[in-house]
Amino acid sequence: MLESARPLQAAGAAAPQAGVRPVAGTGLVIERDGRRLLDVDGVSFDDRRLIAIVGPNGAGKTLLMKVLAGVLQPDSGTVTWAGRPPSREGYRKLALVLQAPVLLRRTALANVVYALKAAGVTAGEADTRAMDALERAGLSHLARSSARLLSGGEKQRLALARALAIEPEMLVLDEPTANLDPASAQAIETMVGDALARGVTIVLVTHDMAQARRLADDVVFMHRGCIVETGKAVDFFAKPRTALARAFLSGEIIT
Amino acid sequence: MHDIAEALRVALSLLVSFDAGLVEIVALSLQVSLAAVTIAALIGLPLGALLAIARFPGRGVLVVLITAMMGLPPVVVGLVVYLLLSGNGALGPLQLLYTPTAMIIAQAVLVLPIITALTRQSVEELHREYSEQLTLFGLSHASMLATLLWDGRYGLLTALLAGFGRAIAEVGAVIIVGGNINHVTRVMTTTIALETSRGNLALALGLGIVLLVVAIAVNTLVLSLRATAGRSGYA
Repeated sequence: MLESARPLQAAGAAAPQAGVRPVAGTGLVIERDGRRLLDVDGVSFDDRRLIAIVGPNGAGKTLLMKVLAGVLQPDSGTVTWAGRPPSREGYRKLALVLQAPVLLRRTALANVVYALKAAGVTAGEADTRAMDALERAGLSHLARSSARLLSGGEKQRLALARALAIEPEMLVLDEPTANLDPASAQAIETMVGDALARGVTIVLVTHDMAQARRLADDVVFMHRGCIVETGKAVDFFAKPRTALARAFLSGEIIT
Repeated sequence: MHDIAEALRVALSLLVSFDAGLVEIVALSLQVSLAAVTIAALIGLPLGALLAIARFPGRGVLVVLITAMMGLPPVVVGLVVYLLLSGNGALGPLQLLYTPTAMIIAQAVLVLPIITALTRQSVEELHREYSEQLTLFGLSHASMLATLLWDGRYGLLTALLAGFGRAIAEVGAVIIVGGNINHVTRVMTTTIALETSRGNLALALGLGIVLLVVAIAVNTLVLSLRATAGRSGYA
């Protein structure tokens, strides 16, 4: 008993400044009305690369992301960040941009400042860092505009800038370019590429296979709540191993 | 007909000359109702926000009850507060009956359910939209509550104005606990009731005009707040 207690204490003492990688889940299950919407044995994201989660509608991609990000409780299973249960502290290093980003009823700048302060950045530093983040997103001219009056593309860029401003280790993006025009999508992809170059682990849920081919190092293919196939992106797109993935990539409706 | 025209002429001259008696009554009315709304806001805003985001047994019943109490008859509130403050009542020893304080208490009781229920509704809608994002910010419950109240500020201001509109216009509660004592507890609504029955139509009409102006001003403020909120994307 005493021996097993020691390493736990050591881990607890190191907790405050520690990161969140690997972000992992085991035995994750979500059921609604007797249907298994999510059924993932094990998944772990650690490497500083971009992992694309692909699959048809209703495959459970968004559910998996929300469960791993700690905003949705699974019916069973556990999620760990760097070996520990998700914690409020952890959100200083893990960011999730929702498909329909929720922007606060404040200016664009105030949205970013808010996230930075929530992540423990001091007020003075938060202003400078927020302006930098807007600059990188090409939004500095809109800093004083009401966030909720921005266009769809600007909103998505602001949400991404807000997530990146806290300098996360782990960035989860749920369909960040859905419904965006090509120029806005391009701007988002550039920001994602920059973050990747800085060593952020990025998990990207996307329906855009061309985008997945362009950006992904690895691919996770989901179907009916399960992870069906994982592997290097080049291999997955060139020679998918499963019949389901082959059907999905050739544009067939798989149910 | 001639009497009414004459009364209206006198009423207007009272208004234009800022008649001391009339000003005193208007000032006390505003003072009592603003104090009541302030007290009701201090309790109602956090209580409404808590009802919006907390989950506990009996919450549903409480929400229904408070919403139903938005339409409390003022005379009943007056009666209950009267019983509490009268000699044998729980608060009798404080000797507050027939003072402005008693009127503030009665109006605060009347307005509290309005502010609480409207706050609950407003914050609950916002929470539905914000909850995931607020979790992702890693906020404590207190910070979440503060953010919801701030981002819901336009809706909450509207709730406060609705409360004020109700307080300033009611007569039943204040007349029971205040008693309409000259220079002490005489407010616009009770004075209008009294002076009309005594045939002093000029003062009653003058106060009636002030009351109407206040009501119009409050509603104009509500509408312009909504318009501003919509225009700036803060609705």
